[in-house]
Amino acid sequence: MNYKGFIIIAAAIALLIAYASAYTVDETEQVIVTQFGKIVGEPVIEPGLHFKVPFIQTANYFPNNLLEWDGDPGQIPTLEKTYIWVDTFARWKIVDPVKFFQTVNNVFSGMGRLDDIIDPATRNMITSHKLIETVRTSNRVIDSMEAIYEDDPDKKDDADALIIETGRSKIVAGILKQAKPKLAKFGIELVDVQIKRINYVEAVRQSVYGRMVAERKQKAEKYRSEGTGEAQKILGSKERDLKQITSEAYKEAQKIKGRGDAEATKIFAEAYSRDSDFYTFTKTLEIYNTALDKNSSLVLSTDSDFLKYLKGYSK
Amino acid sequence: MNWDWEKLKEQQGKSSKPPSMDDVIEKLKSVKAPFGRPLFFLVILLVLIFGSSVFYTVGVDEVGVVQQFGEFQRISQPGLNFKLPAGIEKVTKVKVKRIYKEEFGERGARDDYRTRYASGNEDLNVTLMLTGDLNVAIVPWIVQYKIKDPYNYLFKVRRVQRILVDMAESSMRLVVGDRGINEVISKREEIALAAMDVLQAELNKAEAGIKIVTIEMKKTNVPGPVQSSFNEVNQAIQEKEKMIYQAKEDYNKAIPAARGTAERTIKDSEGYALDRVNRAKGDAARFISVYKEYVKAEDITKRRLYLETFRDLFPKLGQKYIVDSELDSFLPLLNLGTQEGITK
Repeated sequence: MNYKGFIIIAAAIALLIAYASAYTVDETEQVIVTQFGKIVGEPVIEPGLHFKVPFIQTANYFPNNLLEWDGDPGQIPTLEKTYIWVDTFARWKIVDPVKFFQTVNNVFSGMGRLDDIIDPATRNMITSHKLIETVRTSNRVIDSMEAIYEDDPDKKDDADALIIETGRSKIVAGILKQAKPKLAKFGIELVDVQIKRINYVEAVRQSVYGRMVAERKQKAEKYRSEGTGEAQKILGSKERDLKQITSEAYKEAQKIKGRGDAEATKIFAEAYSRDSDFYTFTKTLEIYNTALDKNSSLVLSTDSDFLKYLKGYSK
Repeated sequence: MNWDWEKLKEQQGKSSKPPSMDDVIEKLKSVKAPFGRPLFFLVILLVLIFGSSVFYTVGVDEVGVVQQFGEFQRISQPGLNFKLPAGIEKVTKVKVKRIYKEEFGERGARDDYRTRYASGNEDLNVTLMLTGDLNVAIVPWIVQYKIKDPYNYLFKVRRVQRILVDMAESSMRLVVGDRGINEVISKREEIALAAMDVLQAELNKAEAGIKIVTIEMKKTNVPGPVQSSFNEVNQAIQEKEKMIYQAKEDYNKAIPAARGTAERTIKDSEGYALDRVNRAKGDAARFISVYKEYVKAEDITKRRLYLETFRDLFPKLGQKYIVDSELDSFLPLLNLGTQEGITK
């Protein structure tokens, strides 16, 4: 019993030693083996089962994959002194675990180093550029205001103000360029820095809203007055067309009437010129008949042809 | 616990297939029996734990990624699969068919875990964005993605989802930052496509193993305080159109009617001309007919016409005065009053 118990204890100790000397490295990890705090051998990057001297050597794990860093959002003034919130994030890798282990020791304090280096770099780049440079990436033509703006002289200036020289992608590249070499000595490779969010600070935002409202209001007024103008134009052409139509009709009518009158005149002339005396005689009699009525008074002498027989038939 | 798998490994070393449970129990019984029942049960328990870690099922919408001592071994397909027991091989199941969704905006609650400093801070609202013309827009959206490459997904990036969320935000802002406020509001499709391209390119660069299925824009808008003035513009556009239509209505009311009236004036004048000509022709014909007869007996016709006229005319006249031809003046006799009954 005692003998067997001894075997069991011995086996257990052997297993414990084996366990302490073996370690595994995950796909996402890399390991530095240290002996009483001193680095032994090359860093282990190959995933799988590895061995070390038990108890006196320690395996220190570091991530091998892409790590994220999320910046502390901060207020930064731009070149034109507009205060904006800038929230950045970055991606990084531990490329030299030995340096990293010696200088930083762990991922958490690594984050602190990134804070220390990326934040000032971001601040430098933002403060040395205009706001528009951090917002836009290209000079893509913004189809911003409708055609209504085309005849607006301000538009040109507005459009010019939106032209960028650097652009966001170059600014983040600039941040990366400033920060990257400073991080290399910690065994960190900064893969990229990105601006996640940019926003006006509260006070600026309110004034931007004010500007947006004013801009919209003037546009609304423009539409309204355009409407009035357009309507007046139509009403004007209505008047014009009306006049044109009636006057053209009048002109045509007069022409036609004239032709009729001329024709009639010709016909009369042809007929009556056969004997103008007779025409005058019959026409005059006709006119007597129509022109004189009961309001007319007639004074006739007995000399007249009509009454001469009143004084006797002999002459 | 690693010492136990070494023992087990020896026992099942001959075949890669796991030994049947009975065999193992049998062997263990014969070896461990002398130590008494409590220990025996302990051993059985351990065997069961490890035995059950030998097989695993992979669901239809997922694959299993098997690692041996942390090293990537293989990808197993849906169904029942086997691996070496716990401690040697580890399986991680990845749902490759499932479409995951990340929402930005509207349900802003998820916002908080993303930033290190939980911000109920309006300044960093996820949907608030600066547009290329330096206006502020509210842009909520959804990213749908799936895991394309489980190897990259698991091993290349720590906290893939976090990177996805950060990249999605920065891509969307990049795209919105290059567009005007009007485009942000009216051209959502285009923005979604552009943002999707940028995001996918970034994720490929990071080897995240993620494929973006779609980016869907929700209702983009301007911030609350500005909305009413945006609506006012729409209203003004409506008003403008209304005014134009009203003017057109006026025009259409008047012009066709005027054309009709004009047509009528012309027709009237044509009628007048016809009337004139026909009457002239009639009068002329009548004159000529009479004249032909008159020529035959000029004097008598003249007399007849003269007398006939007087016959018709005379009764119609009001005052008639007959004056003798011998009289020098008729003034003394003439009563110039026009009252009825005085002279008769």
